This record gives sequence, structure tokens and C-alpha cells, in this order.
Amino acid sequence: MSINGKAYIAGAFEHPTRKAIDKSLAQLHAECAKGALEDAGLTKDDVDGYFCAGDAPGLGPLALADYMGLKLRHMDSTETGGSSYLVHVAHAAEAIALGKCSVALITLAGRPKAEGMATGTAPRNYGNDAPDVPFEFPFSPTITNMYGMCAMRHMYEFGTTSEQLAWIKVAASHHAQHNPNAVLQNVVTVEDVVNSPMISDPLHRLDCCVISDGGGALIVVSPEIAKTLNRPLVKVKGAGEAPKHQMGGRVDLTYSGAAWSGPAAFEEAGVKPGDIKYASIYDSFTITVLMQIEDLGFCAKGDGGKFVADGNLISGTGKLPFNTDGGGLCNNHPANRGGMTKVVEAVRQLRGEAHPAVQVPNCDLAVAHGTGGSLGTRHGSATLILERE
Amino acid sequence: MIAERRKLTAPHVDPETKEFWEAAENGKLVARFCNSCEAYHYYPRTICPRCGDDDTEYREVSGRGRIYSYSVMRRVPVPYAMAYVTLEGTDISMMTNIVDCDLDALEIGQDVKVVFSETEGDGPPLPTFTPV
Repeated sequence: MSINGKAYIAGAFEHPTRKAIDKSLAQLHAECAKGALEDAGLTKDDVDGYFCAGDAPGLGPLALADYMGLKLRHMDSTETGGSSYLVHVAHAAEAIALGKCSVALITLAGRPKAEGMATGTAPRNYGNDAPDVPFEFPFSPTITNMYGMCAMRHMYEFGTTSEQLAWIKVAASHHAQHNPNAVLQNVVTVEDVVNSPMISDPLHRLDCCVISDGGGALIVVSPEIAKTLNRPLVKVKGAGEAPKHQMGGRVDLTYSGAAWSGPAAFEEAGVKPGDIKYASIYDSFTITVLMQIEDLGFCAKGDGGKFVADGNLISGTGKLPFNTDGGGLCNNHPANRGGMTKVVEAVRQLRGEAHPAVQVPNCDLAVAHGTGGSLGTRHGSATLILERE
Repeated sequence: MIAERRKLTAPHVDPETKEFWEAAENGKLVARFCNSCEAYHYYPRTICPRCGDDDTEYREVSGRGRIYSYSVMRRVPVPYAMAYVTLEGTDISMMTNIVDCDLDALEIGQDVKVVFSETEGDGPPLPTFTPV
């Protein structure tokens, strides 16, 4: 059994805020839900399945079903960090295929900016019961130095350079200049990136994503319902998910779980990386993009540096237009989780609703890929192949 | 830039891994070895994450190793070096800090040896490494 063709993304919404001092977390979730439902042409009373992750307050689906007044027959709080929302789309398609729900709502929201969170430079303690914590947390691992170690190893093994990584930010900035909601709207150069302050070797400030508040939501529906709605048909064609970890100490920082979730998604969809017209690729850091481009099969392992250089990711000029909203690197990384916005921009591209300056012509096949947790320790990869009918 | 000594957070000692920290108190670095698949793993578990058998025990390792990767965290009050060190005689790498070193002279592949670093309060010392 396959989910290919069993569900459609009918609604997609990205909250316009980037700093939500005057809003509560639950309110942000509900505003995102409202936006996605209006986009789909549905109401909250149509929703019978609800999906949320660790960013949701309290007991997740219970707190938010209560807050939003949802009557449900299916719920799922799968938590894989920033990739959760891509997993949710796949799980929603599975639930719809099995008849467990027909209108699934997925929400994400957070306010790390309003809370003054040092997202990238402060160690996060996931709790002493996490078995890795005693052996890692005391050494002060941060998001930035963990991804820094991935980049250092990639440079050591494959000769990747800071200038090549910088091209990823340059491409994102070319896209973000057209997004009035983006946190960073100025076009930057390779020199700007490599001359920005070093955060943790070899990642500069401009190799990092933004910290922002807000969120987003998606509506996944059955084919029967999708065809009654007055929206372009965006079909879920394939999905893959996989955790990658330290493998009992056999640490290998050169690849990500995309090496497993990617091929699974492409196989289910019956397409190849070369068929893809647009790619949303998780971009917590420049190195995140580079590793995943290799692992998803857009180029050979180790060739990512050459692949991303010279504007190859810029819409209109490059071979692989990516993150045309400006991505997490320039536009938005709400709740420190970039998976939701990856799906939202892929849906915009497939509908032809991206900004005209970055819209990929005849964009009928897209990949959205996410990584949650940390590439330096343990993470959840999730890949979606989406098609416009 | 020479690394300043940082006071490290004390590790949480749980019943499953207290022997690891007791060894550290005695200046010894141990790793969990599985007698069934005859391989080390890290961090230590009762049940081997490689083969699933529970015939596991702590064995002392040499305390020498090689930097697999590192990153110097610079935008903090006291810069420090995060690293994975691959332990000599094993195929396992552990997360650690490189201490007592020139932060600008570290290299992947560099030989290092364990040096235990004090932690806050009455916590056990942490296995950090320094260039040989």
C-alpha cells in the first residue's frame, strides 16, 4: 500500500509575524489554523484530524483541541523536532488513506524571539532522563557547534570551502529580497558571509538561520474533498522518514538521515531527483542544505560544495531553485523549527503562487525536506514529494 | 587563543551508568564492551545498541584518541572547543571538549589524551582531552 495520491494539501499558511510579543503561544497556533483553513475554503468544524509536535503547549493535541474547539476522531503528536510537520503530512496521508480522518490540520507556532532565547549559542538540556544528556550536556554542545563539527568534517573529507557554503546564504538572500515579511531582505555576497563574525568554526553569523516567532499550518484532505475545493490540487506523491543518530558511537557526520528518507520518498513517488523542479530544503545552517542536497541525490556525496556554488540554487538562473521564500536563512524559522515553512513554500510554488520574481515556471513537481534535532548528534529526517495535478 | 579553563556542569549520574563516573573519579576512562558482538559502544548502555545482547561490561580504555571533528565556539564569554574523539583501539567516538590547548591550532586527526576536568559542586570529573 502506498500513500501516493491518497491525500492532497488543500491549505497552507505562514504567519506574517516574526516577533510576537503581544500574542500567546496558543493564540499563534489558532491564528495559523485559521489562516490555513481560510486558504483551503474550510472551517474548523470540517477538521476531524489534528497533528502537532513539541512546540504545542501542555499536552499538545489535548490543549489545542480544547483551545480551538476541535471535535476530532484522529490525533498525532509525533515529535521529531523541526522536521515534525513533514512527518505529519505523511502520517496525515496515511490516516486519510485508512479512513481515520478526512480533513487533517497541522499547526506549528513559537515565540523564541519574544522570549529572548539564545537559540544557537546556549546548550539545551533535554532533561536528565535523556540517556545522552549526562555524556553530552556538560561539555556545552550548542546547535551551532554541533553543525560546526559537521561542516569541519565535510571540509576535511571533501575539501568543501566556506565560500561554497556562503553561496547557499547568497541564494537565499536573492529570494528573500522579494519577501516583504522576511527577517533579512538585503541581498548579500559571498564576501559578506565569510566576513561576518565567526560563531563556531567554521560557521559565521550569516551561515546561520534567523531566530523568529510565528508559525504556520497545513490542511491535508482526502481526494474527494480536495476536488470539491476551489484550490489547485497539490498531491502527496511520496514520503520517507528516518532517524539518524550516533550508531552506538560509530559517529559519521558526513551524511544525514536524508540518505534514507530521500530514496524512500522518491521510490514511493516513482520519480527521480532530476525530475524535481523546486526544492524546499531545511536550512538551519548553510551546511545543513549542502549535506541534504547530496543525501537527497541531487549530486554525489562530497560534490555539494561545487553544486551550490555560483548561484546554482537561485531561482531563474540555477539548476535547483531552493527556498524561494528566503528560507530559514533569511525569511523565517518560527519556533526554531523550519519544517512547516518548507512545506508552505513548496505548496506556493506548485500552485504558482510564489512571488513572480522567484516563481519556477511550470512547477509541477517539488520536494520538501526537513531535519529535526541536530545533525551533530541525533536527528529525524523527513522527505515529501509533492505534485500539482 | 589559549583555551581558558571552564567550570563544567556536573553530569547527572543515573543508576545505569554510575560505574562510568566512579571510574572517572579514579582517573580511569572506561567504555562499555559487548561480549556477544565483541564491540565497544558509546555512551554506555546495559543492552548493546549494536547487537541487542545484554552481556555487556565496562572495560578500561587507553585514554588516547584522535580528533574526529571539532568546532571552537567563539561567540561566548569563554571560547571552548567541542569535539568528537575516536578512542584508540576502538571504533567509537565520544563527545568531549579539547582543553589546555591553543584553540587556533587544533586539527582533525590530531592525537589527544584524556585529562579529567573538574565539574561544579560535588560532581564527578568529566573526561576531556588535550593534545599529546
